[in-house]
Amino acid sequence: MVANRRKKQRQSEYFFDYSLLFIVLFLLGFGLVMLYSTSSYEAAQDYGSSTYFLEKQLKATILGLAAMMVVANIPYHFWEKFYGLGYIASVVLLLLIIPFGHESGGAKRWFRIGGLSIQPSEIAKLCMILFLAVMICKMGKGIRSWKGFIAVILMPLPVVLMVWKITSNLSSAIIIMGIAVLMVFVASPDYKKFVLMGVVGAAGVALVVFLIVNAASADGLNYRGERVLAWLDPEAYVSDTGYQTLQALYAIGSGGIWGKGLGQSMQKLGFIPEAQNDMIFSIICEELGLFGAVAIILMFVMLIWRLMVIANNAPDLFGALLVVGVMGHMAIQVILNIAVVTNTIPNTGISLPFISYGGTAVLFQLAEIGLVLNVAKRIQLKEV
Amino acid sequence: MLESGNRTFHRKKITIIFFLCAFVLLLLFFRLVYLMIAKADYYAAKAVELHERERSIKAARGRILDCNGNVIADNKTVCTISVIHSQIEDKEEVIAVLCRELGLSEEYVRARVEKFSAIERIKSNVDKETGDRIREYDLAGVKVDEDYKRYYPYGSLASKVLGFTGSDNQGIIGLEVIYDKYLEGEKGTILTVTDARGIEVEAAGESRIEPVNGNDLHLSMDMNIQSYATQLAYQAMETKQAESVSIIVMNPQNGEILAMVNVPEFDLNNPYTLSEEFLIGAGVSSGDANDLSAEDTQNLLNAMWRNGCINDTYEPGSTFKIITAAAGLESGVVTPDSNFSCPGFIVVEDRRIRCHKVGGHGAEDFVHATMNSCNPVFITVGLRMGAETFYNYFEQFGLLKKTGVDLPGEAGTIMHKLENIGEVELATISFGQSFQITPIQLLTTAASIVNGGRRITPHFGVKITDADGNLIETLEYPVTEGIVSEETSATMREILELVVAEGGGKNAYIEGVRIGGKTATSQTLPRGSGKYIASFVGFAPADNPQVIAIAIINHPQGQYYGGMIAAPIVRQLFENILPYLEIMDYNENGALETPEN
Repeated sequence: MVANRRKKQRQSEYFFDYSLLFIVLFLLGFGLVMLYSTSSYEAAQDYGSSTYFLEKQLKATILGLAAMMVVANIPYHFWEKFYGLGYIASVVLLLLIIPFGHESGGAKRWFRIGGLSIQPSEIAKLCMILFLAVMICKMGKGIRSWKGFIAVILMPLPVVLMVWKITSNLSSAIIIMGIAVLMVFVASPDYKKFVLMGVVGAAGVALVVFLIVNAASADGLNYRGERVLAWLDPEAYVSDTGYQTLQALYAIGSGGIWGKGLGQSMQKLGFIPEAQNDMIFSIICEELGLFGAVAIILMFVMLIWRLMVIANNAPDLFGALLVVGVMGHMAIQVILNIAVVTNTIPNTGISLPFISYGGTAVLFQLAEIGLVLNVAKRIQLKEV
Repeated sequence: MLESGNRTFHRKKITIIFFLCAFVLLLLFFRLVYLMIAKADYYAAKAVELHERERSIKAARGRILDCNGNVIADNKTVCTISVIHSQIEDKEEVIAVLCRELGLSEEYVRARVEKFSAIERIKSNVDKETGDRIREYDLAGVKVDEDYKRYYPYGSLASKVLGFTGSDNQGIIGLEVIYDKYLEGEKGTILTVTDARGIEVEAAGESRIEPVNGNDLHLSMDMNIQSYATQLAYQAMETKQAESVSIIVMNPQNGEILAMVNVPEFDLNNPYTLSEEFLIGAGVSSGDANDLSAEDTQNLLNAMWRNGCINDTYEPGSTFKIITAAAGLESGVVTPDSNFSCPGFIVVEDRRIRCHKVGGHGAEDFVHATMNSCNPVFITVGLRMGAETFYNYFEQFGLLKKTGVDLPGEAGTIMHKLENIGEVELATISFGQSFQITPIQLLTTAASIVNGGRRITPHFGVKITDADGNLIETLEYPVTEGIVSEETSATMREILELVVAEGGGKNAYIEGVRIGGKTATSQTLPRGSGKYIASFVGFAPADNPQVIAIAIINHPQGQYYGGMIAAPIVRQLFENILPYLEIMDYNENGALETPEN
């Protein structure tokens, strides 16, 4: 009876965020349906099995769910001591890409171990969240000084540069940097620095775009330069850089308000290459229309909202920062993905969390959710 | 050690991040609204364009039939070879096979095979056998579509009248151009939906718009008469070593043309091959013909395709006296009984214009002057009328306008301006010189004068029917009544019958048939070149003309008088076609024996 009371007490005292869990499960389930719809035709053509991509993703998802449940039950302070190890592991894995990396689609981003391919930049994101959360807490009030601020900003830079240069994956580099900035933003009571950073950043971007557009002859530009030009006028770059973007726009536009219906996409029939990766949102738009797209965006808003609630109620700054890191990761990736697909920003490969095809990504994203769920568990309901 | 508190400002900042993200997602939502509502139609249309492969189905071109229902322009099945870039598996083999089978250069085929387009046409109008052979290779990405090609069963007969069609089945010259809108029909299309590789998506099915076949054109032309007239023309061209010979046979009552011959003709089934006889006529040896420049070849082809009866003008010479006589009679300056005296020349202003008979015809009435084709008398008639009156008759007879014949490129009359016609010009016009008209213009005007004064429109097209013979449209042509009085017309018929019975046209006489006509011999410009055009206009029966014909021999060698060489052509023609047209037993003497038989 005592044990029973205790259990009840625990249940009422501690919190499990079922809303977050259900949002994530919904996104995963929806993602698998869309992944199958998007990839089946190409999979049947190229691999002779329409479920080729679905099976691989399903395995990674099950593995990810298992990882999530394990992590959710380990007190998050347990990870504290691994922050340095995580950082070093990220660096080592990224360096190992140089000799052992597996090349695919013109970029070396993966390790192939057995039948699995692992993307170190996905690991680096999680490790960086942990590392920065620990570092910021260690600094305490030191973060408020310019010196501390700059130190924290500089810490992720080696990894960011390695992700960018070694794996030629600008988008992951931007995400890691973005996570770092958001975490520092939360930890520091100051606003001026960040407003200043935002203004300088915006001015810098504007300047770069201006310079690229003015360097009229595109042949002098590298492919990122061309991507910017293709962004401004995709129809003029149909044959190469603008192709994917334009095809995504065709898909989105032909969806209309209600969409063509699940499975009815035409653009997935090879017009958008590997649509199940970064461009899956355009197929969602084509098949489910504006209605489906808005529903998905709302699911992500709810996900971020749940993460905010958990971060706000975390028992300590470390837990809060961990959740903020995950929240930043999810938010940046969703925003950038939809912005790229709708040609709001220049094309750069960013996947949509829980929905795009990618085993390592879904595995580590679920691990992050596990971490958040554990932080949530420590929330004492009495205080809420 | 990391137990430092989660402070208020942290919470505030986390909340800011959330709203910042939500705000950005809201902006992206508006972007989606813009793309999926405002631009939806634009992108959807672009996408459909990308997914659909369109193939057109040719419509069968309408046939052309003569007045007896013989098909003179038909269609036969040929193939169009195309490649679909995205379906090609073995590019090199496709190039090799197409080069070999179609006899095309590798460079040409490679450019088309490698071009990144939905569907690229390699060659059209390929024989059915070649098309079937290519189909048997079963090459991925190569499409063989059957369609129709124009085929002319009579080969070169009436080539310059019928014309031919181009690779898209459009008319190039002749009746094929004028009646294109009736003949061409409407193309159909097959729309299929394909994936990015060009593989048809079966679930999407295909939508097919059936072609509408062209309608049939029925002509007044009679291939039997056309064929016989062509024989006569070739005979005359060879015996007289002439440059060309033209014959037109028409019904003077309604303007229906029964035959129009311009030899040398060309082979309608190979219209782009310069014919041997044309090259000889044009003074190009067959050796030179092989190394002509593209431009020269095109010029020669255009010359070969030219319809002299319609496209070229000439000085009509004495046949024009029919018009001068009609104008003179109509204006009242002369009657058949008016008496004249021909000393062999006439002085107009300071010029002395000779008659063709050096000693002169002496005293003669107007009828005999016409039979003798006496120039001084016709000059006198012209001068009596004066320039203005004569010019008004030109206009009244319709000579200053085109005839409106249903063939392309009819040439207009080349005439002095009224204010430039002095006595000398008036004198030369009176016997058919110093101005130019087309043969069809002369024949039409002559027909209108002898048919009772109705200016008819010469034409070939009679009616349009569908493939089953159901009438779609009866073609109508304008007729102007009363260009000369019935009385003048009757007088003209009598005088012209006498020309053939007893005068200069006696070589056209057929015993037992009443034939009217007028000869002409005109020297081509420049004068003194020794080049002549001999011609004869004849009609029968003289009292009620049912058929009128003109024969023109350009640049004959040796004998060049129209009465000597052109009149016999019309005689031979009439001897054969009058019984055929059942005009022969009109005469009270009963049916006539054809002289040859």
